[in-house]
This record gives sequence, C-alpha cells and structure tokens, in this order.
Amino acid sequence: MEHMNSTRIMDKESIHRALMRIAHEIVEKNKGVSGLCLMGIRTRGVVLAERLKTFIKQIEGHEIPAGILDITLYRDDLTMVSTQAVIRETQIDFDITDKKIVLIDDVLFTGRTIRAALDALIDFGRPAQIQLAVLIDRGHRELPIRADYVGKNIPTSLQQNVKVVLNEIDDHEDEVIIENIKA
Amino acid sequence: MSLLIKNALIVNPDKVSTKPMDILIEKGIIAKMDSSLKTSAKKTIDAAGKYVLPGLIDIHVHLREPGREDKETIETGSKSAVKGGFTSIFCMPNTNPVIDHAMIVEAIIKEANRVGLVNVFPIGAITKGQKNEELTDMSELKEAGCLALSDDGRAVSNSQLMRMAMEYSKMVDLLLIQHCEDPLLSNHGVMNEGINSTLLGLKGIPGVAETIIVARDIELAHYLKTKIHFAHMSLKRSVELIRFAKSQGINVTAEACPHHFSLTDDVVKSFDTNTKVNPPLRTAEDVEAIKQGLKDGTIDCITTDHAPHTREEKELEYDHAPFGMIGLETALGLSVSELVEKKYLTWPQLVNKMSTMPAKITGLVNKGEIKEGKDADMTIVDPKKEWTVQKENFSSKSKNSPFIGWKLKGSVEVTICGGKIVYQI
Amino acid sequence: MKEWNKHDLIDLQGLSKEEIELILTTAKSFKEVSTRDVKKVPVLRGKTVVLLFFEPSTRTRMSFELAAKRLSADTLNISAVSSSMSKGESLLDMAKNIEAMNVDMIVIRHGSSGVPKILAEALGPSIINAGDGCREHPTQGLLDVFTIKERYGKIAGLNVTIVGDILHSRVARSNIWALIKLGAKVTLCGPATLMPKGIETLGVKVSYDLKAVLNHSDVLMILRLQKERQQEKFLPSLREYARLFGVNQEKLNAASKNILIMHPGPTNRGVELSAEVADGTQSVILEQVTNGVAVRMAVLYLLLGTKDKGSEEIKNVFTH
Repeated sequence: MEHMNSTRIMDKESIHRALMRIAHEIVEKNKGVSGLCLMGIRTRGVVLAERLKTFIKQIEGHEIPAGILDITLYRDDLTMVSTQAVIRETQIDFDITDKKIVLIDDVLFTGRTIRAALDALIDFGRPAQIQLAVLIDRGHRELPIRADYVGKNIPTSLQQNVKVVLNEIDDHEDEVIIENIKA
Repeated sequence: MSLLIKNALIVNPDKVSTKPMDILIEKGIIAKMDSSLKTSAKKTIDAAGKYVLPGLIDIHVHLREPGREDKETIETGSKSAVKGGFTSIFCMPNTNPVIDHAMIVEAIIKEANRVGLVNVFPIGAITKGQKNEELTDMSELKEAGCLALSDDGRAVSNSQLMRMAMEYSKMVDLLLIQHCEDPLLSNHGVMNEGINSTLLGLKGIPGVAETIIVARDIELAHYLKTKIHFAHMSLKRSVELIRFAKSQGINVTAEACPHHFSLTDDVVKSFDTNTKVNPPLRTAEDVEAIKQGLKDGTIDCITTDHAPHTREEKELEYDHAPFGMIGLETALGLSVSELVEKKYLTWPQLVNKMSTMPAKITGLVNKGEIKEGKDADMTIVDPKKEWTVQKENFSSKSKNSPFIGWKLKGSVEVTICGGKIVYQI
Repeated sequence: MKEWNKHDLIDLQGLSKEEIELILTTAKSFKEVSTRDVKKVPVLRGKTVVLLFFEPSTRTRMSFELAAKRLSADTLNISAVSSSMSKGESLLDMAKNIEAMNVDMIVIRHGSSGVPKILAEALGPSIINAGDGCREHPTQGLLDVFTIKERYGKIAGLNVTIVGDILHSRVARSNIWALIKLGAKVTLCGPATLMPKGIETLGVKVSYDLKAVLNHSDVLMILRLQKERQQEKFLPSLREYARLFGVNQEKLNAASKNILIMHPGPTNRGVELSAEVADGTQSVILEQVTNGVAVRMAVLYLLLGTKDKGSEEIKNVFTH
C-alpha cells in the first residue's frame, strides 16, 4: 500500500480538550466515580485510559482503578491472518463484578474490537454496566454498537485510514491523521 | 553364435588400449583381438567412443531367493545385475533356508541358469543356519559350486569357532568372507555412533564393533597362516588395520561399497530409512580413508552389498526398518563419479577393483580381463554419459536406494555374458 | 514485529533465538489466562487437536489437553501401542486416516526418533512433537527455559547444569538447544556410560563430578533415571548412581542458596533426588508443571495461526 496524502484533523490541544471533556462527561453521567473502573483496550486505549484516569483524579480528587485488556484471543478474524498476532498480557488487578466499566479505545469503526472486548470482559466477571469511550468515531459500523463518549465524530470513506498518534508510545507529538489509501 | 565388437577402446587392469580394437567372440570365449579384424560374425556391435570393460563382478549381493521372493528373486536380481554391467554375482547365504547345504546351492545355480543372464555363484554359510554354532559341510558346498563362504548379515563372533572355520576352509581351499561386527558392541544400534547419532537421538553403532573383528581376524589369519576377506569395510581405522596387516604379509583382502565412499551419516538427518545400512554410513573422514584405501590398494575391490527390501518394510520408523540398500544398478555410476572423476582411480584401476580383483580373490581364473582365450564377459560403457537415478527405472524388484535423484557419470550401454548380449540400453 | 511462520514444532534445534523468545513472550500472556475464574478463551474455537501418544504419558498429555481446551479447541485422545505395525497398518497410514478426518493439529509422542519429522513432511495438519525417542521434547525445553527466565529474569549468562542420563534424554537435548541459543552456559553431568558421543561439540561442558559443578550452578536440572538402565549394564547399581549423581540436601549445601532445582517429572525419589530436595524451597518442579500449560497454549496458538505450508500470505485485515 502506498499513502497518497494525509490530513491532520486533530492536534495536541484538541485531543487534550476532547479527553478532558470526556472525563467530565464520565463523572457527570455516573454521578461521581463510585464503583467506576476504566479499561483500556491495547494498545492506544491503554494510553487514553491512563490520561482519563489522571483527568478524573483532577476533577474528583481521587484515583479510580484502570485495567488493560488484550482482546487478541477474542478476535473474529484470526483465521484470516497469515501469522498470529502477538499476544500481550491482560492486566486486571481488581474484581470487575458489579462495577461500572468504561471501555476505552482510540477509534470506533466496524465495532468488532468492542464486540471482542465485551466477550473478554464478561469472562472476567459480571460488571453492573459497561460503557464505551472513544477518541474518534469514524462510522461504518458492522455491529449494533455505539459509544457513550466520543471525542470527535469524523465521517470517513472506506478508502481512508484513521491514525491516532500518542506521545507516550509513538514518540511523536499527539495528533490524529486521515490518510487516503491507494490500493 | 559369434559376436564381433568393433572399434572398442579396451580397458584392462593395466591400461586402456591406445587404439580402437575389434574383438571376435566365439562359443562364449574371446577368440581374437586385433586393431582391424577382417572376419565377419553373426552379429556386430560398433563400440566407437565407448569403453569395453571385462564384465563387472560383484562378490557381495543379496538375491533373497529362496525365502523372500517379495524383495528380489534370482531373476529380478539377475536383470538388475546386467543393467548395472555385472556379468558375475555372488549371492550371500542369509536366505530362508540359509545356503548351508549343497542342495540349496544346486537349486540356486539351476534357477540362475534358467534365467540365463549372469553367472550366479552362491556363497555358502560358514556355520549351519548362520547360527554361530557348528561349521557347515564345507567340502560338499564346494563340490556343489560354492567358491566362498560367509555368514554375512552377522559375524562369526565366537572366536574359537572362527579359528576352526579358518583352519578348515584352508584345508578345503574355500575363501572366507567375514562380516565384521561384534553384535554385543553394536547392541541394536541403527546408525553410526557419533555427534549425528547424539543429535538425532538414534542408537549408535560404534566403529569399534567393526574394527575389533577386523583386528581379531587379522590375528587369526596371521597365527593360522590362512587368508580372510573382509566384507564392506566402512572405517578409516579398518583401512589402517588392513594396511598394517598387508605390510606384515598377512593374507587379507578387503572390499568397500559405493555407499561407504559416497555418503556420510549426515544423510541420516532426513530419517530416510533408505540410508539405514549395516555397517552404517560413517563420517567424512572415513569416506576419505576408504577412497584412499581403494587408491593405494589396501581395499582390493568394490562390491555392492545389494540388499533389496520392500517398501512396506522400509516405510517404518528408522529404529525398526531393516538395514540395507540396493546397489547393483548404481555401483558403476557412483564409482565413476566419486572415484574416477575425482581422480582417486584411473579407468584401468577401476576395472581392477570391479572385475579383475574380485575374480582373483574368488579364483575365477578365466574372468576379470579382456584377453584371447578368456571368458567373453564384457561391459560396454559410455564413460562420458550422464544419467539420473530414477526409482521407476530400477530393474530390481525393490527400490530402496538413497541415490534416487542423483546425477551420475558413466552409463552401461551393453552387457555381454558368455558371448551373449544380456543387456542393451 | 516478530513473526511466526513455522507450521510445525518438531525440535528446538531448528528454531531461532527470536522464535524461542516469541514463544516465551506469548506464553507469559497465556499464563494469565489460567489464573482467571473462566479459564478459557475462544481463540481456537472449532479447531481439532489430536493427541496421538505411542508411549505412556500422564503429565505431558494432560498438559497438552488442558492447553488445547483452555483455547477452546476440541481434543481427541488416541493411545496406540508402540507400533501399529502389529495390525499391519503403517504409522503413516494411521496418521493419514487421522488427517482424512480434517483435524487441524496432531500432537505426537513416539518411541522412535524422527517420527514427528516424517509425519510433518507427509501431512497437512500441524505436527507438534511431544517427545520422539531420545531426540527432542521441544515443549519441555521451552517450559524449562520459561521457568528459569521467570525466576531469573534472563537466561543469558546463567550456569545451568543438567545431571543424569543424558544419553537417553530427549529433555536434555531440547534444553541444550534452547539454553545455548539463549546464551546460557550449560554443563552436563552424569555417568560416563550415559554421556552421548560428541556432545561437547555443541559448546557444552561435560563433567563427571556433581559436587564440583554444583557450587557454580544457578540452575540444576535433574533428569529422571530409568531403572532399566541398570539391567542394561549402564550402571553398576542404583545405589552407586544415587551416591554419585543423586541430589540430596547435603550435596546442595555446597551450592548457592538461590539455585533452582528442576525436574521434568515424574521423579524417582531416592534415586536422582531426595524427597527433601524435591519439596524444598529451591525446587520449582511444580512451577514447571504450571508453566507447561502456558507454554503449550502459546505453541498451539502460534502454530494454528500459520496457514498451510507455502500458502500465500494474507494481509492482516482486522480493523477497529
């Protein structure tokens, strides 16, 4: 594949503002943070969860638990890939039963990742509620899934790629880029 | 029936004829040889550009008949022999029943004559039933047609019995051929003991299982002033022991097989059971020593140890598959490719190893040379022609060769036995 | 990203350092799955794994079966006598019959070296060697290095001593390959009659003096001694063996306090090691068993993700 051109649709500041807004919305919707846990989906969801955890602490004054979910083993496309995806650890150091879980991912697209994440979570216990927060919703859902918190809705075509760059893991200043793909 | 071979470059153990010769064969004997014979014959072969060798002689073949006709018969074995350029073959006695009685010898010779392709000389057993207990009736075996005795497949491991066999066979003037293997030392091993057996987790057969019998029999031959012939030598150390024995004037002769100078135990890594053979394939150092032994005369002759096995038997686990590989049809090609092309032997020396010496060792006085008055056994070879070993082209009933797919030089074009054309490509 | 493209697991001799490390990393994630309440992930749902054992085995077979089940694969157990030739059916025939039932993977243990390799060349399903003759037992080697790495955080530079019947040990061979590829310093210790020829050429040390090597060993891997070895004349007596090569607390006192005691099981207590040592604080024998499941899950997962030999690579199409 060759990248034709790309457009930056969010920069460091707009990402910061969007996440801060989501943090406020989470606190508001749940009427505080009691029984609330964050669950980042590997890889970028984990970074976003960490940031939201910090913001929520700033807002509410205390920490809420955050876990890491690797959904590879629950994917529905494993038979379609030529070599197995690298499995990384899932880290959930708390009991999720009867908790309100906010799943966090960078981009919501077909909904299949979230389907896998829901299956994975339910193997760990029976949460009271599962909510979903994403930085970008780019449409094209293939499953009946919607996000509770969205940083930015971006209409895209299937010939486009949405790339979320986060300072912590990409070694580059935060940004969101849309790339046009020429097959 | 007369046969005229024209324009032959004759390869004898001393030299290749400098100019093309015509050979007239009458009544199975070489009648006349000259640079240009004016006579005519019933049939003429033009051998221009080809080498004419005295018919190849293999003193170590397993024909499996009687008993295992599913692997090979005297007929299929004979066909395989002529295709490989052999005109005389000696078949080993580990059949069922064992060739330990005159009647069995006679039956084999009778069947070989019916087939009528090659001279088949049965080798009698040294001990009854090859059981390592009692000697066979050697003089009767000789009268029936045996020129040599062996318990091949196993050694006469009882030293006292071997002593008796050597003394007795000397009296009746029969050659003893020893399969050198101390069965207690080889101890159910399946391949050469060394780094490869270690890595492959296969049970090893140590080289000393062979050399201990070589050394013992050299000592017996020295003490009893008898002779002994060692079958299929596979080790550097064996070559050294034999070289020493010969330097002492002890009457020992020895043979080596093409697989022992063409393959190392590296090929066992494939777990291909066609590489399972006894004695096992050894190391590169051993292969080189065998070639040097052939070159300097320590090893007197080349034999095939042609050992057919069915596909069913070879398609077992390496531990359980039988030992042995077929060799009649690849022997000349391998010898030319590995020894002549690589400058270990000249063509006359190769003829010496594959015809003249085998005849001498077994006492076939009219064979092993192309000379007026000798038997008209000849092998016409295209020395330059390359060919590929193919499974479906074997005449042998069995196909257990590790050389399938190999490209070899030196092709047998015509085989003549007793003045009769028995094979033509 | 490190990629896995092997279709079969036949031996560790044929794996690269990177491939071994990938299995270890993957196993680490799978170890967590076995600690959950719901010890099952759907990743191999609909796959069939055949456990074809020609030799008796309890723990290896159980370990593979649990591994497959925790990945949601279906398992089928076949115990066969040493060779099905007794029925006139060749091993290959039998394996082809199993293949014809559309299974995805065959885990095989066989008393003859080379059988898994021959099957892998002849069959479509992935083949995992669960021990062939005296050759290799790759998943045991992997779980052993996994256990060492978990304790020490590394393999490179560690002094690992393997003590016992090296000659007949497929566990030793697989461990030697894994350990030297990962940079450990390996010493083999055992009776001279049970030391395979030429093994030093792999870059391992050979010693006949357990006491001498113990004091600089970080890991002591004790092999099971088959009692038949005495009848086969490899040993004067089990008593003499225990005296020279058996591991007891008294001998261990000469070693570092942190030394790891390992054993592939089942143990012959009182022969190659004392009960005190087997159950002592330095022993990680039970951890090895736990880790065995995780390592085998990793191997099953990685192998079943590789398409048929030589098939075209399909791009990772997974999307958000």
